[in-house]
Amino acid sequence: MSVLLIAEHNNKEVKPFTYNAITAASQIDQDLHVLIIGYNADEVAKSISQVPSVKKVIQVDNEIYENYIAENYTSAILKQADNYSHIVCSANTFGKNLMPRVAALLDTSQVSDIIKVISSDTFLRPIYAGNAFATVKSNDPKKCVTIRPTSFDPAPSTGGSAEIVKADAADKTETTQFVKREEIKSDRPELGTARVVVSGGRGMQSGENFKLIQQVADKLNAAIGASRAAVDAGYITNDHQVGQTGKVVVPDLYIAVGISGAIQHLAGMKESKVIVAINKDGEAPIFSVADYGLEADLFEALPQFLSELNKLNTIQK
Amino acid sequence: MKILVAVKRVIDYNVQIRVKEDGSGVVTDNVKMSTNPPDDNAVEEAVKIKEAGKATEIVAITVGEEKAQETVRKALAVGADRGIHVKVDGIIEPLAVSKILQKVVEKEKPDLVFMGKQAIDDDCNQTGQMLAALLNWPQATFASKIEVKEKSLEVTREVDEGLETIEVNVPAIVTCDLRLNEPRYASLPNIMKAKKKPIEQINASDLGIDTSPRIEQIKVEEPPKRKAGIKVANVEELVQKLKNEAKVI
Repeated sequence: MSVLLIAEHNNKEVKPFTYNAITAASQIDQDLHVLIIGYNADEVAKSISQVPSVKKVIQVDNEIYENYIAENYTSAILKQADNYSHIVCSANTFGKNLMPRVAALLDTSQVSDIIKVISSDTFLRPIYAGNAFATVKSNDPKKCVTIRPTSFDPAPSTGGSAEIVKADAADKTETTQFVKREEIKSDRPELGTARVVVSGGRGMQSGENFKLIQQVADKLNAAIGASRAAVDAGYITNDHQVGQTGKVVVPDLYIAVGISGAIQHLAGMKESKVIVAINKDGEAPIFSVADYGLEADLFEALPQFLSELNKLNTIQK
Repeated sequence: MKILVAVKRVIDYNVQIRVKEDGSGVVTDNVKMSTNPPDDNAVEEAVKIKEAGKATEIVAITVGEEKAQETVRKALAVGADRGIHVKVDGIIEPLAVSKILQKVVEKEKPDLVFMGKQAIDDDCNQTGQMLAALLNWPQATFASKIEVKEKSLEVTREVDEGLETIEVNVPAIVTCDLRLNEPRYASLPNIMKAKKKPIEQINASDLGIDTSPRIEQIKVEEPPKRKAGIKVANVEELVQKLKNEAKVI
């Protein structure tokens, strides 16, 4: 039994969730190999080879993998699949797009978005936006599993020296072309891995008002999140959305501002260690999951919050 | 261009889910059911493309028990031309659904297949990608914008880093994000008209596909509950609590 993990990277750096997925994968089986499909991605292969729990790195390097196209990745993965009992990757937009295509061609019923490894064939996964947890056992001979990264700690990234072997590229698809990527650059911590997240909802009333959130986020070195309502209204871009169909975050501190707390939003943040809700509607469902609720007008509360933070001698970063 | 749109009947998104005491699943009796929300976006997009004169026919399909037909009827009421209901009882996994859809696609020969990116009940996010794999068609997942070109689609996808644009040749599969469009409501006259539109019934067993689950559901349980928090009187108290009690700032 061996596990093949598909690394997510941008040809230069390993994406942080790959380390969380490595932790989960090594709980499935110790014989963990990582497949790196990319172009001029030697640095990525080197980084992964230093992860102590990784036994082998397989690198497929070809210009057809300069941009991530699920069709091209799939054929490269299938070339390696015979040797493995499990194929795994993160359950973010990278893995969600990729793994079902692999699973279908292996005639495997995929187990999506696991939050716990119970044994090599049995896993815990949330269903109904996290309102129920299902324990499921896969009876397929080969298993395809995606991992909710925030449910596993990142694996240590140094100290190992796994061998790196090169493998051949597979066929290139002629029917899908990469056109462009609009990546929103930010100096803030990444939403998925930030220690503190400050999120705004419909109550913010405009994109302009999100600067109140930004000021608090700057002070706390926090990432900025948003409810679907705020993204739909155009206050902020989609990469900030937290929830069932957005990102799942598990920060030490989650501050929900002007967010009523629809089931779909709670699905993305209710595992946070400490939750603060600031909302003028005392009946808002967000208060039912908040450790500290403040019933107040956010336009008064946020500036006050900032000035109170400024009074503190030290703030954790 | 002909568009096949797949829709799924799920527990309505506003319903608070209750887990059955025996751990066998969630309560579905006397619970409001409706079309999986992003499937509504898939139907809407197909109708918009047809209204723009770029599609000739829209076929709505569902796979499920008898009552799943309601979702096809709803699609007919907002503009689909005819429906297909593949009848199957009990739990059916995305892999089996995609095999059923593959059979139907081979017979119907649509140029595009649209569906929601994820069903809000099992949260699997698999069927579209699996169907694309089985058909060896390109896939454009999590679409928030679709531009129909001569023999291709330019699709903007919502990804973790922001937005990505790809071009896929037709035939193709598109899975739709909630921000793709604003699904319309069916008007009463259109609901009446939809009752006369044909829905073809097929038994899954007649398609020669093994739909038995590969994944055993051992138990379903409630997630751990958060312990109740407190309300603070003002911002000063909030900051003191975060600093001295929770120790997170």
